[in-house]
Amino acid sequence: MLAFLKNNPTKKQITWIKIFVFVVCLIPLVRLVWLGIADNLSANPIEFIERSTGFWALFILLATLTLTPVRLLTGRAWQIQMRRMLGLFMFFYVCLHIVTYVWLDFAFDWLDITKDISKHPRILVGFAAFILSVPLALTSTNNMMKRLRERWKQLHQLVYLIAILAIVHFWWLVKKDIREPLLYACILMILFGIRIYYKYIKAAKVNSKVQINSL
Amino acid sequence: MIIQRKSDITPSEITPKSVFDNRREFIQKAGFGLIAGAAVGLLSNPIKAATVSSGTTEGAGRLIGRANAPAIIKPSSFGSRQKISGYTKTAYGEGEKLTAYEDVTTYNNYYEFGTDKNEPAINSKLFKPYPWTVSIEGEVKKNKTISIEDIYKLAPLEERIYRMRCVEGWSMVIPWIGLPLAQLIKWAEPNSNAKYVEFISLADRQQMPGQNLQVLDWPYVEGLRMDEAMNPLTIMAVGLYGEQLPNQNGAPMRLVTPWKYGFKGAKAIVKIRFVEKMPVSSWMKAGPNEYGFYANVNPNVEHPRWTQSSEKRIGGGLFAGRIKTQMFNGYTEQVGQMYAGMDLRKYF
Repeated sequence: MLAFLKNNPTKKQITWIKIFVFVVCLIPLVRLVWLGIADNLSANPIEFIERSTGFWALFILLATLTLTPVRLLTGRAWQIQMRRMLGLFMFFYVCLHIVTYVWLDFAFDWLDITKDISKHPRILVGFAAFILSVPLALTSTNNMMKRLRERWKQLHQLVYLIAILAIVHFWWLVKKDIREPLLYACILMILFGIRIYYKYIKAAKVNSKVQINSL
Repeated sequence: MIIQRKSDITPSEITPKSVFDNRREFIQKAGFGLIAGAAVGLLSNPIKAATVSSGTTEGAGRLIGRANAPAIIKPSSFGSRQKISGYTKTAYGEGEKLTAYEDVTTYNNYYEFGTDKNEPAINSKLFKPYPWTVSIEGEVKKNKTISIEDIYKLAPLEERIYRMRCVEGWSMVIPWIGLPLAQLIKWAEPNSNAKYVEFISLADRQQMPGQNLQVLDWPYVEGLRMDEAMNPLTIMAVGLYGEQLPNQNGAPMRLVTPWKYGFKGAKAIVKIRFVEKMPVSSWMKAGPNEYGFYANVNPNVEHPRWTQSSEKRIGGGLFAGRIKTQMFNGYTEQVGQMYAGMDLRKYF
């Protein structure tokens, strides 16, 4: 049954995996709705929704950034086919996060929102991450990929910046207990580390080997 | 050769020492708790939001009840809630909608019991607030100690309905029971060198698991200027909603200064020290550019993280929006004169 862990999954299996990932990614939303109906969103439900959607956006973003390191480490590439869906789910939870902030938290009081963004670096950084993720979501179609070619790749490297901003946004939220944002920062560093290792160090080693062999 | 056998007991099965040491008490209390909890559940529904309608203008702080009997303190059993008898109602907080008991007791910033706001209610269950003594030190006629029972008898207990504004941008309305801090200070007999009062909370890792993490420099320290401490608005709270303080709200005794941000309200106070120099509070140490000594609620002085010009009132639901934060949390009439001529941007 789990044969695809050994061999690459078939096309049909990929479809099923995609459906599975899709359903799993909806669980946080279903949970929020469920808790909301049960009046169980804590004493401060708006903060609860903001935290929850923010957390899941960051979690899914980190999951997206894990796909390539897994390919580099294992040589398997089929999981890359999940990347677009995960990326869009991240954007989906970011949108819920922003809607909660603009609507429920600030009741569309644009003056207060502008003040909040301009006066608090934490909000500014989060807002910047949101703005940067908009073009990525808009250019996620096959059509756009084809049209932008090399530039598409460059554009989508913004995701690294977005991840850093998102973690800074979280870090500046906590007053003193930095354990949780620190954990995500470490995970991000490891994921970056793997990429850097394969891109520069391993490549350099391979190159030098090639040179030695050719001597 | 030494053959080591693997222990057939997994670490997760081993009872923590503190729990083991208190096992009889725990069983006893758990039993009590079940019975008492059932009784409480039968007799009274948790008080949900209610509106206070009696009395006249706020600020006059006129006593409108009558002390029937001196307040009596009962050791609280595990999981049970002890009523306070014999306190007087006051006109404070007139017309304010009270924050539900459940919200007041499950949404707490009390880092000694964890940094998440739902943690104190869970992690403070085994905390023992009785018996309790408070020591009075520093610039006083002579050092002395007082038991919590005697503090209850020091002055008639009053119910004070106060707004509480947290620096994080949310607020509640809480019916505290306590005595004016001025009464306790009078009893403490500070000398003329006493310019400030320092409040020191309990440091006890066994009872306060959050202290295993050095998020703050334990014990928690707060302070007030002498005139702030003597202000009629300042109370030492021993209860809320007609009952002894729940552990997660600072049992057995905590400071309440409603015109200041909530973190000024030191909980589980064990020591009151009168000093000549301005004390350095735990939060001042942790973030000097974020938390000042005065920490007066002020919509005009921004905090680097949170909007201070508006706030969310807990219990409003999803679509209530924000309300404007008032200068001194709406208590300017009572406290404004203490800060006349002070640059509140500098002394935030």
